[in-house]
Amino acid sequence: MPKMDDIGHGDHVKVVKDGKEFFGVLMPSATTYVVIKLGSGYNVGFAPEGLKISLVEKAAPVTANRLPRPMRPELPRLSIISTGGTIASKIDYRTGAVTSQFDADDIIDAIPGLAEIANIEGMVLYNILSENMQPELWSELALCVYNQVRAGAYGVLVTHGTDTLGYSAAALSFMLQVPVPVMLVGSQRSADRPSSDNVVNATCAAVAATSDLAGVFTVMHEDASDDTCLVHLGTRTKKMHTSRRDAFRSVNAEPVARVKYQDRSLQFLTDRIGRGGCELSVRPNIEPKCALIKFFPGADPNIMNFYLTQGYKGLVIEGTGLGHVTSEWVPHVKETTEAIPVVMTSQCVYGTVCDRVYDTGRDLLKAGIIEGDDMLSETALVKLMWVLGQTSDREEIRQLMKTNIAGEITVDESRTWRTFEELP
Amino acid sequence: MKDHDYKKIGLKAGLEIHQQLNTTSKLFCSSPAELKDTKDATYEFYRYLRPSKSELGEIDRAAMEEGIGTRRFTYKAYASTGLVENDDEPPMEMNLEALKIALQIALLLHMQPFEQVHTMRKLVIDGSNTSGFQRTALLAVDGQVSLRSGPVKIDTLSVEEEAAQIVDKDVYSLDRLGIPLVELGTAPDLKTPKMVKELALTIGTILRACTVKRGLGTIRQDINISIVGGVRVEIKGVQALELVEDIVRFEVSRQLNLLKIRDELQARGARVGNPIEVTSIFTRTGSKILKKKRVWGVLLTGFANLVGKEIQPGRRLGSEFADRAKKKSVAGIFHTDELPRFGISSKEKDALLQFLEAEERDAAVILADESAKTCVEAISAVIERAREAIEGVPEETRRALDDGSSEYLRPLPGAARMYPETDVSPIPLPKEVIEHVKLHLPEKLEDRTERYKRDFFLNDELAHQIARSENNRLFEQVMSLWREKDSDITKDETKDAATLVVRTLEGVIAELKRDGVPIDRLKRKHILDVFQLVRCKTISKEGVPGVLRLLTECDTKTADEAAIELGFVMLSERELKTIVDEVVQSQLDFIKARGMGAIGPLMGVVMKQVRGKTDGRLVNEVLQAKVLSVLQ
Repeated sequence: MPKMDDIGHGDHVKVVKDGKEFFGVLMPSATTYVVIKLGSGYNVGFAPEGLKISLVEKAAPVTANRLPRPMRPELPRLSIISTGGTIASKIDYRTGAVTSQFDADDIIDAIPGLAEIANIEGMVLYNILSENMQPELWSELALCVYNQVRAGAYGVLVTHGTDTLGYSAAALSFMLQVPVPVMLVGSQRSADRPSSDNVVNATCAAVAATSDLAGVFTVMHEDASDDTCLVHLGTRTKKMHTSRRDAFRSVNAEPVARVKYQDRSLQFLTDRIGRGGCELSVRPNIEPKCALIKFFPGADPNIMNFYLTQGYKGLVIEGTGLGHVTSEWVPHVKETTEAIPVVMTSQCVYGTVCDRVYDTGRDLLKAGIIEGDDMLSETALVKLMWVLGQTSDREEIRQLMKTNIAGEITVDESRTWRTFEELP
Repeated sequence: MKDHDYKKIGLKAGLEIHQQLNTTSKLFCSSPAELKDTKDATYEFYRYLRPSKSELGEIDRAAMEEGIGTRRFTYKAYASTGLVENDDEPPMEMNLEALKIALQIALLLHMQPFEQVHTMRKLVIDGSNTSGFQRTALLAVDGQVSLRSGPVKIDTLSVEEEAAQIVDKDVYSLDRLGIPLVELGTAPDLKTPKMVKELALTIGTILRACTVKRGLGTIRQDINISIVGGVRVEIKGVQALELVEDIVRFEVSRQLNLLKIRDELQARGARVGNPIEVTSIFTRTGSKILKKKRVWGVLLTGFANLVGKEIQPGRRLGSEFADRAKKKSVAGIFHTDELPRFGISSKEKDALLQFLEAEERDAAVILADESAKTCVEAISAVIERAREAIEGVPEETRRALDDGSSEYLRPLPGAARMYPETDVSPIPLPKEVIEHVKLHLPEKLEDRTERYKRDFFLNDELAHQIARSENNRLFEQVMSLWREKDSDITKDETKDAATLVVRTLEGVIAELKRDGVPIDRLKRKHILDVFQLVRCKTISKEGVPGVLRLLTECDTKTADEAAIELGFVMLSERELKTIVDEVVQSQLDFIKARGMGAIGPLMGVVMKQVRGKTDGRLVNEVLQAKVLSVLQ
């Protein structure tokens, strides 16, 4: 490597290679090549052999100017909690660095339409990639949302990475009873690019967060166009595509609302709980030692025993079809359920689990399995963690898992009875 | 038009060329690098684009004019369009086939490639890129091309994505987006229009030796021009080479004339007024454009006879005002230098001037629209241009027009907003790779032409034509197969064969296409087989167009079958001899009477029987031989 003692990224340098001179700004490099940004803006790389580099001028410090923002008394107060999803970015064209922006002022700079909808107050809770989320952090997030609502927020926006957005939304849905809307939102296309879905998503989320709604929801693009977003129940949201804007879908449920970006209008698509329709409360306790096991032909049933030895307190099995695993697993399932609760969901994603139909299913029921009904596997896992954080009584656990708490299970409300005695 | 003294004027011109590369797939995805017909679009979607602020909170002035954030773009997509073009998926790694072609071009231009190629995102928010940026990588610098007047430096060569094709206002088609392009930029070293044209021609020839796309729109040339006292103006979209000299010449004239106007305006103490509504003056006008609309205007003090002054053939200062107004969606403007005209009476003109309190040395501009808001925006744009007229020549990006003049397109963009495309890995280009590519550079056009003249005895014109054609490889294949089957082919036969092939590939097939025959149904095998039939003397060369045409109608037919179906199969020599024998036998007395003079009339008889299924020369030979033998 050429001698670069006093030279750092962002400094103006002269590079000489094979008798040719180049002037530019020194850039970070992920390889052994030395990278500089030329005056035209292009980055180019030089092999270090035979390269001479010298300092021309140190980088000048940057001062950004920020315009003060007046509060508008007629607008409601929206709280934005940042967990790290990039809803706003700034680019330093001198170095090419893209930095994520989290404080409310930066977010409004990036999404000016928000200031027309509400007075924004922002806070940064975490700065993590959502694949690094942990169950303990869900509890902290829930408490943070609770505090914001208690302090008078008209609605709450949580910016979140898209990878585990569904998990966090489910967790908040169970932990929180909120009389106002809580909207989780992210962007599939990074916020530094002009085509990012951040503006449309965040604007529609703000519209939804100031509407006549209560509960926890996710808001993302409805389709490939920038025209509309959908509001999905937090417990019914799944990311169904690795990269498309419309990756997020409501599974086994209809989206709650559609928001039109152009005129900021919101149209409810299903029944919902209106603003103020419940008391504010938070139950953040959670048992993180639960696991989700995906069954496949030839899967080793000893995996369940492994989890037991590791001290796990609950399992969700993502079975096939209506909620099946091989009959060879049944004795192992029975052993496991004697120690911990085991819930069955389906790899099919859509549809409901029903173990009464086939022999294996019936045997699984006899072995003590709890049918996960039409819950998403991810939601069932999160719910089990939360339920085990509320009680350790097996019968209560089973009851709670079968009860529709936050829209995660389709239940016929008219069927309040389970036995003849309970009939009206 | 008298030519300028370019040296005195200090003309500096540079050329920027965008050339599409002929690869199978696009630069950063696997969609085919092909253009489609918009009527084949299978779906469309809608987007907005918003640039992120830079650290310093600046936004490009061109970006501001584009109306950030509120323009809704429509994108038309096809069955072949993928998620990368929709900006719904990360890009693939750079297409190495494209990089290789770009490297070949760079080396042919004696440029120095960088050792590691970095792909950047260059912000573009006029809607022509779905992601809001264009992926571009600087590949090589410091090249050179020799013109008659001396060497010209080729500054930069970049590999980049083609933009989406504009279909309508704010509507784009995604077929073109992502096709690989090479962008070449020269230093502003060109001193005369002739040099500019020569450079364009020279570079064009080098490009055509490489695997580049051909046809309208596959190469775009932009010229940037400045003169002393003027400013740098970029003229985009110079399509025809024949126009290049005119474009440079007329732009120089335009700038010189604008400078003259500036001087005159300053001498007159010219000033530009404020927007004023003048609808009341035109309530009973005969002008269709002004009738029943809101009309707004502005007083231009000291501008009399300057607005109507011609600055380029067919264009006046008023045309520049009109260009700016049209950007704000009005149909055009009227100015008092050209009135009364267009349905506006001299009474109305006088009333207007009086209303504005104009004096003899003043002028006024008016325009109309249903919306007062649009009128005000448009007249404000005119006001801005009028103010610039008092200063001199504004920096602009302009669009080349078919007659060599140009019109305003948009403000000159600021420094390119670029930052790294981190989804695409930097590509190392070690010396071994460069050396390997150097050893396999494509043949230069002049060299290929000479080779064709040498090897196939083609005349200059035909050799030149096929050498520069996309069909040159097919031509070589046909000839190679011909020689393989006919190892003792003579020089004349080679020349005849080559001539036939060139005339067929470059002439006959083009004519068939003009007649509406679907020649893209013709497969390589068909063409090779048809020429084999000629070589074997199964059909005559006159039969070639007919057989080709029939093959386009049913591509499962073989060339043989087509020849038979059309009745083109030539007589074998034996069959011909049989016919000649019969004819001669039946005309023995005639022959004995006329001797060799009988051949003429007998040719007619034989040819009639033969019905074109043989070469006239052969008939003559056989007939002569037979008659001779009978006379002996």
